[in-house]
Amino acid sequence: MDYFWELFFSGLTRGSIYALIALGYTMVYGIIELINFAHGEIYMIGAFVGLTVAGVLTSFGFPAMSIMVLASMAAIVYAAAYGYTLEKIAYRPLRSAPRLSPLISAIGMSIFLQNYVMLAQTSDFISFPSLTPEFAFLDKYSSTIGTSDFLIIVVAAIMMVALTLFIKFTRMGKAMRATAQNRKMAMLVGVNVDQVISVTFIVGSSLAAVGGVLIASHIGQINFFIGFIAGIKAFTAAVLGGIGSVPGAMLGGLILGWTESFCTGYVSSDYEDVFAFALLVIILIFRPSGLLGKAPIQKV
Amino acid sequence: MEGLKKSLLVSLWFMFLTLPIVGVFVNTIDDVVIWRLERVLYVGICTFFLSFLWRFMISKKEAGAKRDEETGEEQISAFGKILANPSFYYPLLAGVLVFALLFPQIFSMYQVNIMISALIYVVLGLGLNIVVGLAGLLDLGYVAFYAVGAYSYALMNLYWGVNFWVALPIGALLGALCGIILGFPVLRLRGDYLAIVTLGFGEIIRLILENWGDFTHGPSGIANIPRPDFFGLFTGLSNSIHFMYYLMIVLVIFTIFIVNRLKNSRIGRAWQALREDEIACQAMGIDKVKTKLMAFSIGATWAGLVGVVFAAKTSFINPASFTFLESAIILSIVVLGGMGSILGVILGALVLMLLPEYLRAFSEYRMLVFGATMVLVMVFRPQGLVRDVRKKIDIAAVRKALGGANE
Repeated sequence: MDYFWELFFSGLTRGSIYALIALGYTMVYGIIELINFAHGEIYMIGAFVGLTVAGVLTSFGFPAMSIMVLASMAAIVYAAAYGYTLEKIAYRPLRSAPRLSPLISAIGMSIFLQNYVMLAQTSDFISFPSLTPEFAFLDKYSSTIGTSDFLIIVVAAIMMVALTLFIKFTRMGKAMRATAQNRKMAMLVGVNVDQVISVTFIVGSSLAAVGGVLIASHIGQINFFIGFIAGIKAFTAAVLGGIGSVPGAMLGGLILGWTESFCTGYVSSDYEDVFAFALLVIILIFRPSGLLGKAPIQKV
Repeated sequence: MEGLKKSLLVSLWFMFLTLPIVGVFVNTIDDVVIWRLERVLYVGICTFFLSFLWRFMISKKEAGAKRDEETGEEQISAFGKILANPSFYYPLLAGVLVFALLFPQIFSMYQVNIMISALIYVVLGLGLNIVVGLAGLLDLGYVAFYAVGAYSYALMNLYWGVNFWVALPIGALLGALCGIILGFPVLRLRGDYLAIVTLGFGEIIRLILENWGDFTHGPSGIANIPRPDFFGLFTGLSNSIHFMYYLMIVLVIFTIFIVNRLKNSRIGRAWQALREDEIACQAMGIDKVKTKLMAFSIGATWAGLVGVVFAAKTSFINPASFTFLESAIILSIVVLGGMGSILGVILGALVLMLLPEYLRAFSEYRMLVFGATMVLVMVFRPQGLVRDVRKKIDIAAVRKALGGANE
């Protein structure tokens, strides 16, 4: 039974991270119907900024706990700035272009950002310091759940609740929902659509950055390529839950995390990623709009 | 003055952005922080000047868009006009053909080798052009079919000693079969869902190739795949490379011929109609599933075919040659070249494949430049290098020619 719980929690940890990144995909897709392929790179940049700040602060001799907080904050700020700039350069000039153009632009951006980080920070795996504070009460469960797993699950849960509240109750959240439903109508009733899109990118990127720092500190090493596979997995999670739906992304992330964790634990560890994609194909065949997604209305 | 201020802000913003990534390097092994702030300064200076260029290009683009709107006509470039004129077009074509035939005699083997790769991408681009450009199905896992072709030759050769000429049609057939197998369940999905499923499928194929070690030799790949010969002729490295080059030329011409025919055929028109409006198409009695499946499997056939050639050319394959990046590159060939346009795809493939080779001096930066180019072309020329010219029928002119008989 212990083994089951171990897999359960490791799945929950992975799933939370996937969900955090998937939220960025799903929000952007919900508003401008674009697969933001460079979102995984934003997550990777978040992790690198976290590393840089942690390294600099360590050399100045800051205490461990404050390093964790400051590194995450810096990662959030920078990822948000990158997300904002990305939208401004690669997507905004293409608002009225045919659908494939922003997608190609996104792929180009993704390749650019990967190589930019690779050139600046080498292509080696760089070890990331463990920033997790110790929780004494977890000691007796240490065989099933580690401290950093616990931290990831809790922080992810807090972020998701905060996001839900933000979308539900703030003015900006309302504007976002309105824009997602019908961009033209929202514009007509006085929503500043450009601003909404920028905020969407900023919020999505911040969530990804938190995921980046948490997982980097959990795994202990990063390199320029980590964004790619995480991005694809997170996108899978978003599609699984029904792209455009915020609770769908959370659910999709968790399901994907558990699927991977249980399948690798009980079936075979060689085909870890295959399970994720196979699950995606199966879900899409039987429920093409994802688990919580609404079937699109065909406009003639 | 206004512009100066804006550019200053842009350069400050980029210096801020690049500060932690470019400006600082944390060596976690020796616990040293290396400051490289001068590089951030260079970034600032570069972006200061680039932002002027950016704004100039954007304003030019907007002016162009306005002009198009006013005149209501698409601007045809000088290049397009030359091509439309047969007295220029045929000599040009003949010139290109002669150059292509003499190429191995003029240039070194290294150049010929690069050219073979470029030609492989031409065929891949044309194949994907059927799926994406004509039928409008976004396929991000195209490289999977390429892998199927390459591995079918490699494995058949490894286990049964099958030679190149037998493997060539079998690879194409297996590609088509995989296209149908994948296409059948997923084609009812719309654009972006289709994109992600095909991406997933591509990754599944790659991961299976990587992990099924007993059968495919896993990540270490399969070596010593024989190059093709022609009834015992063209043996030896140099001869066989020349032979592969001519083989590719024949294959490219064959592909262009078929794709051109397909484009204007009944099925090709059905694809283009389906791309524009699915519902109207169904109302006109086009079988949606059959048509899409056809596009998918015909596209996959070319990938399978040229996969066999790739395996023979490199004589070594491993799963690392078939990553998502490869699919992205093939897709960008199609989109950058100009979707639906055969000439555009050929130019796109040659530019994208040859440019990085000749930019070897900047080898470190070539993927960076590649990514940036993709973004810039999309921003400033979203229709690609060559716009697909549609045949238009001027009804008034036709009536006039008929002498007003129909009125």
